[in-house]
Amino acid sequence: MQEYKVLIVEDSPTMRQLISFALKRLRGIKIVEANDGVDGLKKLSSESFDLVFTDINMPVMDGLKLVSLVRSDPNYKHIPIVIITTEGAQEDRERALALGASDYITKPIQPNRILDVTRSLLSIP
Amino acid sequence: MPLDDDKGILNRADEFMQVFKKGAEFTQELLRENERLRFRILEMENIHSASPAAQADSGETMRLMQRISELESEKTEILERIRQIEEENKDFANRYVEIESENNNLANLYIASYQLHSTLDFPEVLQIIIEIVINLIGAENFAIMLLDEKTSMLEAVASEGVDREDVPKVHMGEGVIGDVAKTGDNYFVPDLDLYEMNMNSPMVCIPLKIKEQCIGVLVIYKLLMQKKAFADVDFELFTLLAGHAATAIFSSRLYSDSERKLNTIQGFLDLLTK
Repeated sequence: MQEYKVLIVEDSPTMRQLISFALKRLRGIKIVEANDGVDGLKKLSSESFDLVFTDINMPVMDGLKLVSLVRSDPNYKHIPIVIITTEGAQEDRERALALGASDYITKPIQPNRILDVTRSLLSIP
Repeated sequence: MPLDDDKGILNRADEFMQVFKKGAEFTQELLRENERLRFRILEMENIHSASPAAQADSGETMRLMQRISELESEKTEILERIRQIEEENKDFANRYVEIESENNNLANLYIASYQLHSTLDFPEVLQIIIEIVINLIGAENFAIMLLDEKTSMLEAVASEGVDREDVPKVHMGEGVIGDVAKTGDNYFVPDLDLYEMNMNSPMVCIPLKIKEQCIGVLVIYKLLMQKKAFADVDFELFTLLAGHAATAIFSSRLYSDSERKLNTIQGFLDLLTK
């Protein structure tokens, strides 16, 4: 069975746990959590990932900066990135997609949406 | 001459009679032959039906006919069973979707309660409540109000999307907020579409209760843009989350108080012993 590694970059422990809990329903998913963009980049440089979930509003380094840095680095630019946003922050969402984010999920968090996006981006049947 | 004519007529009559007789004989012969052939056909039919092969054919035909009839009825039964199974399948699919949704809600509730009870630090508990209300309920503007038992006043201790100072201080029993704190019943505006933001009258007001004791209220003024209405499960989720939030707030405050008292006592002891 193929194994996938997913990085969740989110400053809220509740959100991290919500996403992580939903993803654990899929078989062969290994989850790594990061507190902010900088922590996310550190983890990206130390191991390879198949998918990244990132919040936009975070301290130290926000999600938009993270998307931009990941996309400009040839080592990671192929990794699909899902941004977590509120519908109210439509500008942020559009900017993230323009920067190269692959998809987005909105709050309130719906586990089914997380699973659908993950299955689609990782081509899990 | 007339005699010759008569003779001629008689001859022709004789000839006609003879032809007629021959015709009659021929007809009778044909009738006899017809009778004989019909008899022969009957005989042949009797012989044919009486033969064992014919009987066997007939028996096989009957058996096959019966089998066809049995198969027809079996087919009808199978079609009916397929229809029933398809109905059952549809029910199972619907039930699966419901269970999946229930499972999601339970998972969310589990995470929320786990987070709420993971700390005894009061500001941290408030932060977790705020995160839960945004991420699970989908509220944009809201406040957490706690009751001061000495003054019976409800005052905001945390807020999101609105300034804490803008949230009115309310007396127990006063207005929508005070009434919810007094009665302990949830309040939802009847029609979300008609609601206009009013700091004294929130769209949702949920009492934070420990058993029957209300320690505060959660007031919501605005939902996230994509959250157009409350789902049935939201009402249940609100109550359950409010229960956990109340316990977490109560525990953390109790802990903070005891910590403070402990520090004071420790200070005194240090003063006396040193």
